[in-house]
Amino acid sequence: MTTYYTEDHEWIAVEGDTGTVGITNYAQGQLGDITYVELPAAGATVAKGDAPCVVDSVKAASDVYTPVSGEVAEVNEALADAPELVNTEAESGGWLFRVKLADPAELGALMDKAAYDAFVESL
Amino acid sequence: MSENFETANDDEAPLEVLTLPLDGWHRQRGARMVEFAGYWMPVQYEGIIAEHLWTREHAGLFDVSHMGQLTASGEGVASALEAVLPADIAALKPGRQRYSLLLSEEGGILDDLMVTNRGDHFYLVVNGATKWDDIGHLREHLPDEITLNHLDEHGLLALQGPEAAEALGALGLKPAIAGMPEVAELKFMQAAPYFWGEVPLGVSRSGYTGEDGYEISVRGEDAAALAEALCAQPQVRPIGLGARDSLRLEAGLPLYGHDLSEETDPVSAGLAFAISKRRRAEGGFLGADPVLAALADGTYAQRVGLALEGRQAAREGALVMSGDAEVGRVTSGGFSPSLGRPIAMAYVAADKAAEGTALEIEVRGKRLPAKVVTMPFVPHRYFR
Repeated sequence: MTTYYTEDHEWIAVEGDTGTVGITNYAQGQLGDITYVELPAAGATVAKGDAPCVVDSVKAASDVYTPVSGEVAEVNEALADAPELVNTEAESGGWLFRVKLADPAELGALMDKAAYDAFVESL
Repeated sequence: MSENFETANDDEAPLEVLTLPLDGWHRQRGARMVEFAGYWMPVQYEGIIAEHLWTREHAGLFDVSHMGQLTASGEGVASALEAVLPADIAALKPGRQRYSLLLSEEGGILDDLMVTNRGDHFYLVVNGATKWDDIGHLREHLPDEITLNHLDEHGLLALQGPEAAEALGALGLKPAIAGMPEVAELKFMQAAPYFWGEVPLGVSRSGYTGEDGYEISVRGEDAAALAEALCAQPQVRPIGLGARDSLRLEAGLPLYGHDLSEETDPVSAGLAFAISKRRRAEGGFLGADPVLAALADGTYAQRVGLALEGRQAAREGALVMSGDAEVGRVTSGGFSPSLGRPIAMAYVAADKAAEGTALEIEVRGKRLPAKVVTMPFVPHRYFR
């Protein structure tokens, strides 16, 4: 499994032809207490750069962009009752949705962990 | 991921963000600082929900030094203020505080404020983002013999919550004038001067959270020591602007620039209580004609509270629908930490403003069911 990152603070962990998407620990810290997550419908088709998901914190609603194109294979149902998982386990149990990759070549434009950490450091 | 932070004065971004007396103190305590009303202000410390709940259960210390603190004095100051404020200033006794409004000729709300009779002068606290316009407005409409002074080197702290009295009591403030009440004896909307050691403080029993508590005017050079002494009390934690907003929303208190503006009038805003009985009969304040007409005839819209179903919040600007008809707009909204669900304030058509009316709010292409409820959302616990 390889994890990639975006400049918009999403992560995508890829295994085979499926990627699991979430927001980074840095992002959840910036947003503060998450109170609601709007998830896409399973089966929906998304294109890289779309915002199929919205994360609501006490102070604002934030779009989450999909780092890749494809079909939504699964969404994290646990977030309906426990949106705070995005705070407590941003890069594990607080994942948002899984995408079946339409074009694995899109991953080439994303950052690896070292590059993302350096990017956050520069903010 | 993208964020849409709302700022109080997005159309008037200042060239330089200014600092307030407690700037260093907030940073030292790990606050996240944001630009607000032209100043660097703490938006949160440990997290908005934790700070919010701490204030409801114990006591929170808020730095509101961005607000404008003004004094008005001179021969005939009470009647001069009555020309610009719809409150019964003549009947406001020394040591008493009242909520009032600055109105335009057209009856629009220029600002909301607190006015206190300090015996030999009146003390006004106005909003930070509007203070410069307010000063211009007051100067324009007050006669030359009234002196208007901007206490721009004073800080303002708010200590709010059920344990606020206990915490402030521990500092041993002494009434500055013999015979005046101790801080513990002040009632809601009463004010008096005190000494904390050698440090003069202006204290009122008031606030913006719905809880018991105090607002404390302090010289800028003494502000950090006072904040430090208050936060040394076990009941007190510093609280950021984020929780200040969620607390006041639960308390049903409108926020200028969001729930109130020059386009809203006091009657639609549900602030008719700020227009005293005598002033309704006599008029004679700026905006009196349109405001008294609105009182007599009613208004098209009313500010109401909305309780939402589900967990998704509706934010400022969201449309309020009744069937296919657009009947209003949300002016403040968010997740209520105390209630564990979203709440909102909105202006809706008067025939949709009755308690229990079922409406829908349009959020990102979805319709969220909402019901008109009586405000406050969380009961006030003032010390009366």
